[in-house]
Amino acid sequence: MSVLFAVIFYVAALCLVGGVGYRIYDYARTPAPLVIPTTPAPTTGGGVAFRMFREVVFFESLFKGSLWTWAFGWIFHLSLALVLMRHLRYFTQPVWSWVDMVQPFGIYAGLSMILGLAGLWGRRIFVDRVRYISTPSDHLMLGLLILIAISGLSMKFLDHVDVIGVKAFFMGLMVFDWQPLPTTNGILYIHLSLVAALMIIFPFSKLLHAPGLFFSPSRVMPDNPREKRHVSPWAAKMEAEK
Amino acid sequence: MASEITAPPYRVIPIIPAIKPGAMEGLKPFVASDKIQEALGYPGELVEDWKERAIAKMGELLTKYRSLKVYLDACVHCGACSDKCHYFIGTQDPKNMPVARQDLLRSVYRRYFTIPGKLFPKLVGARDLTKEVLDEWYSYYHQCSECRRCSVFCPYGIDTAEVTMAAREILDSVGYGQKYANEIIGKVHKIGNNLGLPGPALTDTLEGLEEDVKEDTGIDVRFPLDVQGAEVLLITPSADFFAEPHIDSLVGYAKVFHAAGISWTLSSKASEGGNFGLFIGSYDQLRKIALRIREAALELGVKRIVVGECGHAWRVAYSFWNTLTGIGDGADPADRFALMLQKQLDHRYKQPSHICEVTWDLIQRQAITLEPEANDHLVITFHDSCNVARGSRMGDMMGGQFEIPRSIIRAAANHFVEMNEGTTREKTFCCGGGGGLLTDDLMDLRVKGALPRMEALKEVADRDKVNFMATICAICKTQFTKVLPYYGFNMRMVGGVHQLVSNAIKLGDK
Ligand code: HEM
Ligand code: HEM
Ligand code: SF4
Ligand code: SF4
Repeated sequence: MSVLFAVIFYVAALCLVGGVGYRIYDYARTPAPLVIPTTPAPTTGGGVAFRMFREVVFFESLFKGSLWTWAFGWIFHLSLALVLMRHLRYFTQPVWSWVDMVQPFGIYAGLSMILGLAGLWGRRIFVDRVRYISTPSDHLMLGLLILIAISGLSMKFLDHVDVIGVKAFFMGLMVFDWQPLPTTNGILYIHLSLVAALMIIFPFSKLLHAPGLFFSPSRVMPDNPREKRHVSPWAAKMEAEK
Repeated sequence: MASEITAPPYRVIPIIPAIKPGAMEGLKPFVASDKIQEALGYPGELVEDWKERAIAKMGELLTKYRSLKVYLDACVHCGACSDKCHYFIGTQDPKNMPVARQDLLRSVYRRYFTIPGKLFPKLVGARDLTKEVLDEWYSYYHQCSECRRCSVFCPYGIDTAEVTMAAREILDSVGYGQKYANEIIGKVHKIGNNLGLPGPALTDTLEGLEEDVKEDTGIDVRFPLDVQGAEVLLITPSADFFAEPHIDSLVGYAKVFHAAGISWTLSSKASEGGNFGLFIGSYDQLRKIALRIREAALELGVKRIVVGECGHAWRVAYSFWNTLTGIGDGADPADRFALMLQKQLDHRYKQPSHICEVTWDLIQRQAITLEPEANDHLVITFHDSCNVARGSRMGDMMGGQFEIPRSIIRAAANHFVEMNEGTTREKTFCCGGGGGLLTDDLMDLRVKGALPRMEALKEVADRDKVNFMATICAICKTQFTKVLPYYGFNMRMVGGVHQLVSNAIKLGDK
């Protein structure tokens, strides 16, 4: 079992890092030939950084767009962020002090994450417009995340897991010094398998919204076309031909 | 056909309408003839291997446009945009929800360009490209006015207009182009403007205008054409030369230049500010059409380039001219193409400038005088045009595109009222006729798409007795003139900002 999970996690990690890395490279190399920020837009790089900060941390545009989606989505992402930060303790030794500080929020974050996801799922089922655009994969993605959260919480409330052992296993994986995975707990296997699935799906799915946001021309381009000439390489060739 | 078209009822409470699948299915603007298509270098009719070519074209666009690539990947189907499109609100057809419109293309992208779409098409909503899908593209990508309203509310700024442009470019490349837009582009290249107004006719019109203004005011206001060495080259939509109410704004520009003592000229070569290359998403056409203006500016030796009241023309001028033609500032020292022109231009002024920037600057410097009492019979509101609001700027400030026209109206008139704030500034609703849809064969769609704007207008007309809606876009003016009567308004309720300036400006005192 330990060997199987070791292999799965190497594959999943490779897939996640390689896949997302490739996507980022691919986005970065694709030119944006015209200046197309959605205006009113900041005119300077600093202004754009501030706009992006508000988008990433507060989901500003979504707030304007749909209050319900914003509320559930924001709760979900904030909880997810807390949960992931809390999880860093499995991968660091000694545990960073700020990771220590978020530990008490873990259970609440797990629960509010489920709440947020359930709200988002509710919209998919009950709002006719959102139901119309939902594909099976949209539902599955929400289901997957809810199951991850439920299995994680179960380890906390129902069937305690040997956290020290889990940590030893993952610390070992990172330095190629393999350690056994605690064998007593079925829920742990479920949690880990689902997480591995999520990591593998990430670079092939709509989860690309996370890196995509940073490459969205309508958000990250400064509004300065009159002040500075912007020409993409393929368009510049047309001028050379003349 | 026109008699069957009726306006949808106003919503009593402004709730989001329920979806009505298939409501606009099969709507299809006239397809371009082989002559029209071939003049632009596209296949004359649907080619036999359209499927392969369409997919190849999609692949090519994915390597040329980061917007398309990121937008097709990033959407999470959150639905925030789903109720933001005026065509959805007016037609209730779910395929007019911005995200569903994107999905028409995205489903095919997934099928041929992503691994999950190749392996599990059903799961991720991927589809084969069939003739039905192609027809659906033709239909629904001509029910989008590329107004960018959806992109304001999307958490990733996904701009459906970019997707629509890509789809139209694919359609053109397989010989399935739209008659209205492509015919107009042909006219620009052949005759010089969208309306196909030849040089002599233009000269006549301008002379006629000089006589009219003289009769009206007793003053010799000139409408110069092709004047070598003029300071300002004015580029304006050709509708300004003879369509109502557009022409009243042209008179306004001329009076402003006259009163301020600025020498200016129109150009017979570049007698069109509009650029339908934007609507069909073709960089090539966009560039070719814009280059006429560069050439005219170089030939006439002008120092400033000013753009008249036209929404998409201003987006192209403000956002793209520098890229396409070098009209602007800040070229690299090695960039000979751009510097050739940038050296000629006077950079104490913004290049290019919007006519509203020019007028507002003159008002502030008291170089012209307005008498707002002249517009006392009007209660005015302002309709922000999408391409100005969400695709450009004026002045130095973020949001200057909203403030400057309003400031001019306030200087030129005493009664100004805002419409509901959910329908103005960056949240403005399209007039319903933008993006290459201003054609009679899409009248039904145009009437329905105007619903949200008409509701907001109705509110201020009832409450504040608004009887004039000012706007700075030729398409908005034409569209509203046609559509207002369907909603029980007088068609003459719409007009330009410079029409108000024209009424109020004092001539001959400086
Ligand atoms: C830079 C980081 C991220 C940003 C700014 C971001 C932002 C957003 C926003 C604005 C939405 C739409 C609203 C909503 O439905 O919640 C969304 C949806 C979603 N995000 Fe993220 N996200 C980020 C990272 C992630 C990560 C790492 C995951 C991975 C598990 C994730 C999973 C999801 C899912 C599954 C949805 C769709 C929810 C639904 O089906 O309604 N996000 N994200
Ligand atoms: C390799 C990666 C991961 C490992 C080794 C892991 C392991 C664990 C363990 C051992 C627990 C139980 C904590 C306890 O009993 O105190 C837990 C809880 C939890 N996990 Fe994970 N997990 C991983 C990834 C994830 C991911 C990616 C998510 C979310 C998408 C997630 C969501 C949760 C949640 C919500 C809980 C319950 C709340 C909490 O304790 O923070 N886990 N996880
Ligand atoms: S760009 Fe405008 S017309 Fe097109 S889908 Fe978005 S809101 Fe609708
Ligand atoms: S708002 Fe953006 S992410 Fe959400 S459904 Fe619309 S296009 Fe997709």
